[in-house]
Amino acid sequence: MSHEDQGEAALTPFDAMHRLAGARMVPFAGYQMPLQYPGGIISEHLHTRAAASLFDVSHMGQVRLDGESAAAAMEKLVPVDVQGLQPFRQRYALLTNEAGGIVDDLMITHAGDHLMLVVNAARKEADLARLHAGLDAECTVTYLADRALLALQGPAASRVMEGLAPGVSGMRFMDARACRVAGIDCFLTRSGYTGEDGFEISVAAPDAVALAEKLLAAEAVAWAGLGARDSLRLEAGLCLYGQDIDENTTPVEAGLTWAIQKVRRAGGARAGGFPGADRVMDQLANGTDQLRIGIRPSGRQPVRAGAELVDAGGAPVGRVTSGCHGATVDGPVAMGYLRSDLTAPGTALAAMVRGKALDVEVAKMPFVPQRYYRG
Amino acid sequence: MSVKYTEDHEWIRLDDDGLATVGITNYAQQQLGDLVFVELPELDRDVAQGEETVVIESVKAAGEVKAPVAGTVVKANEALNDDPSLVNSDPYGDGWFIRLRLADPNELDGLMDEDAYQAMVDDLG
Repeated sequence: MSHEDQGEAALTPFDAMHRLAGARMVPFAGYQMPLQYPGGIISEHLHTRAAASLFDVSHMGQVRLDGESAAAAMEKLVPVDVQGLQPFRQRYALLTNEAGGIVDDLMITHAGDHLMLVVNAARKEADLARLHAGLDAECTVTYLADRALLALQGPAASRVMEGLAPGVSGMRFMDARACRVAGIDCFLTRSGYTGEDGFEISVAAPDAVALAEKLLAAEAVAWAGLGARDSLRLEAGLCLYGQDIDENTTPVEAGLTWAIQKVRRAGGARAGGFPGADRVMDQLANGTDQLRIGIRPSGRQPVRAGAELVDAGGAPVGRVTSGCHGATVDGPVAMGYLRSDLTAPGTALAAMVRGKALDVEVAKMPFVPQRYYRG
Repeated sequence: MSVKYTEDHEWIRLDDDGLATVGITNYAQQQLGDLVFVELPELDRDVAQGEETVVIESVKAAGEVKAPVAGTVVKANEALNDDPSLVNSDPYGDGWFIRLRLADPNELDGLMDEDAYQAMVDDLG
């Protein structure tokens, strides 16, 4: 798995497995990735919520931070309580820019004697530039190019993993553990991005195929691709970087204030001190003009990213940033940004699709109940 | 009963009753993936060659079916309203979209035959 370059798309260690499984491969963030397998996105989506799906997410960046002051240093880049993260616990975080915009969303894990980050594929370069600039004086930043990442997601994930790594079914949501899975050294977190219980499994690239074969040997487990991953995360109300959040949206506008712990807010022991803190703190206190919200179209027609949201009088009041058919809700689901005074669930609006106004409603997210294992 | 094809992956078949049936090819349905919504045209609508006539949406993408030749829409496959996946499961059969009364059957001669279409798809890889 080479670092992405300008030319040929990089391949993950599972490339041959995907092709053998009949995957339709597409270029994504510099990698050749499986969009879907022969069963199709809807069946992969439903299988994930009913049993367990295996996702190749090796395109995501894995970064290791070493050094005693790594957590304190990291707090200069994210509005998140990193120093308070307990050993072998994981937390969602946001890298912010000087205007409070979101450079990336990522996971931070306390891995005992170091921190592990998982960042978005398309943001690796931007993130690493920021990490090196902000952290090099205080800790060592290492991009782990030789590790693959798998996500096993769904209600059967725990049982399957327990069979290959006894004891791991006791891990709670956002717990982490270094252990062997089917005899292979792995680093696990009880997490994922589908709204289901599950695990993300980091493994050395040379061991990756053997591990995937062990997981797929379980009857409940089947591959699922990027298409299902997208419809699952949208039903779960989770943001996709580059669509629902970007450098022009702030954590407050994006409704991600839950990721900013009290200790980093006004009156907290380590309030502020991250890029764009002035703007984010001001928005936390005084609100924002727009907010990310869920959208349920009333008909069957999906409302896609880019569609304008208008009020009863036809005046523009927001925009859709993600939209697709949600296979579990069996209908269209979407999210987007809306003028803050209109965000009460149930508010009737219209989305402009092909010049037609389709009736939509502001909806609570997630669209399906999250089923994380909290012990 | 010959079938002709367009560069946009529609097929059109002139039937014994003189009307033509329009659908999308197996290649097209595979590229789109699971269809979840179809918006059929009103009956008696006159369409020009290449005019967007049917709106189709898959889980991931939106698209349209263009009229392969000019004509009048005389029938639409209402079964697709309840089950758009018929287009995926049977693109040349139950997954048809519309039937057209052709303005000029000679327009069909300008479309690809099966061999030419297959060669085009093979070139797409």
